[in-house]
Amino acid sequence: MTLKKQSLWSAPFIIWILIGTIIPLLAICYYGFTTRDGDWTFSNIIAIGKAEHARALWLALALAVASTFMCFVLAYPIALILRASKLGERGFIVFLFILPMWMNFLLRTMAWQVILEKGGLINSLITGAGLPALEIINTPWAVILGMVYDFLPFMILPIYNTLIKIDSQIIEAAYDLGASWFTVNFKVILPLCIPGIASGVTMVFVPSLTTFVISNMLGGGKINLIGNIIEQEFTTSANWNLGSGLSLVMMVFIVVSMMLLSKLDKNKEGNFI
Amino acid sequence: MKKIPKLILITLILMFCVFAGTALSGCGNKTGEKVSVYCFGDYIDPILIRDFEKETGIKVVYSTFDTNEELYPVIKNNGADYDVICASDYMIEKLREEGHLSELDKNEIPNLKNVLPEFMKKVEVFDPGNKYAVPHTWGTMGIMYNKKSIGKNVKIQSWSDLWQKKYKGKVVMPDSMRDTIGIGLKKNGYSLNTKDVHQLLAAQYDLIQQKPLVYKYVNDSARDLIIGGSADLAVVWNGEFLYSKAENKDVDFVVPKEGSEEFIDAWAITAKGKNQKNANKWINFMLSKKASITNFNYLTYTIPNKYVYDNMDKLIADLDEQAYNGKGIIKNNGVVFPEEEVLERCEILRNLGPDGDDLYTDIWKKFKAD
Repeated sequence: MTLKKQSLWSAPFIIWILIGTIIPLLAICYYGFTTRDGDWTFSNIIAIGKAEHARALWLALALAVASTFMCFVLAYPIALILRASKLGERGFIVFLFILPMWMNFLLRTMAWQVILEKGGLINSLITGAGLPALEIINTPWAVILGMVYDFLPFMILPIYNTLIKIDSQIIEAAYDLGASWFTVNFKVILPLCIPGIASGVTMVFVPSLTTFVISNMLGGGKINLIGNIIEQEFTTSANWNLGSGLSLVMMVFIVVSMMLLSKLDKNKEGNFI
Repeated sequence: MKKIPKLILITLILMFCVFAGTALSGCGNKTGEKVSVYCFGDYIDPILIRDFEKETGIKVVYSTFDTNEELYPVIKNNGADYDVICASDYMIEKLREEGHLSELDKNEIPNLKNVLPEFMKKVEVFDPGNKYAVPHTWGTMGIMYNKKSIGKNVKIQSWSDLWQKKYKGKVVMPDSMRDTIGIGLKKNGYSLNTKDVHQLLAAQYDLIQQKPLVYKYVNDSARDLIIGGSADLAVVWNGEFLYSKAENKDVDFVVPKEGSEEFIDAWAITAKGKNQKNANKWINFMLSKKASITNFNYLTYTIPNKYVYDNMDKLIADLDEQAYNGKGIIKNNGVVFPEEEVLERCEILRNLGPDGDDLYTDIWKKFKAD
């Protein structure tokens, strides 16, 4: 095919990118840098420094870091076990981890709401057994739990994908050379796995940082993340300009974290979402 | 090889054209008449749409929204896509003032006589002269509580009961700017529509103090938390009471003595809508005996229609029959149609203008972030 023809075929994609990415981005920039009357301003960007916004941003960062860390702590051993298990079972177990993703994530989060509720499933079981009730619903812990549950597969899959590509002869060689189990795992497997971890971290950290649905549903309206603030600016407050300005600040945080992580992911093992 | 993709592409384009053509022409019905209805989600019995289509031959295009704030930009920018809307008092006021509504054609709405006159009078607060809006539902905010869990002899009658330390972790508050701040204002005896910064700050201070006692801030599922026993006191609309009583016989409902918020959700016709005549017919149908009773049974919200009002005892007896085999647990205790004395204590939310909105937003955000 000639170059001309190729570009003809790519036209739909260019149109798609234009409509789906470029134009919305320009619109957000326009709103973010203007007042409601259409005058140019930086006040929507600087507004992130206001106490109520800054607090929501720090809380969002803290919860995103916590949930990313917990996802990693859970996902890495799971991926190791998956790698070690036999071929036939492996596909099935991976399938089991992906299976919940076939269901709408709002429904899954809502299920947690019902399960964790004070008069909910878990509490009727443990109070029935005479134990004190678990009171984590409508606290940051419930939000972290929801994030970990919703985003865990995004951590497992990239780590698993890098792990199965590690040549088992490398591991055997390490053992042959007298390395202990500890050395093999932390000096050989873990460093080789870093690209997968990096993309897993990105895929969990970014949605955790920007979520407002999980904090809304499991935080009982008491956990106010930056995502909630932006959502409210677009709905109840009807101040699209401030909402866009805050979104631009969020974008800076996301781009910076992705740049840092992509340095670790040299082979581009996992692609960004 | 090269020819095949082109062929597929052409086939796909042709298929798409044919499909789009049939889809567009397929919309037509016998009369070709239609009406586009834009309403709160789950706010009419869906069976009525079919009944209306059968009765009039007018096809209904039904779409829904969640909040008034969501409706506003849609009507402002694409008003021509919708003929008839159902919105709340202050939003009707805003749309009317900005010229987005068109006057009702009362000749097309003979059923207007079915609406209870005192509610038509209430509508005049935001629609002077009853020119633009007809009430669909009415309601007042109040406290629904579980008599059994809080103690049989305890009487809930004031907003400040929601601030009592002994109810820590058992209170459910709304998560909605005007309603939640309104509770803080009413507790202090102020108007719901105040623009006085000091009064608003007092409300904000109280709401922040209350935060540790609150189990959850939520709008629609508050009743389920009371029914399921996860909480003991919740701020809900009176329309939730009958439903909850049928599920849990221990619940009761009170409009606090300091007064409360009331709302009227009303039908109105858009200024740019293309099917104004059909829109009037839709409103007329919604005010009919059949539609109002069907809607009441479906929603259990107050439908201010004389057929619902006159048959209240029987409608409630039917509910009791279904839920408790007619043991008389659900009674007509004036929650659906409260006495004049309760109505007098209530206040309708007004459109506060952009500066008022900004003030409330600021108070709300700082309360949420604390």
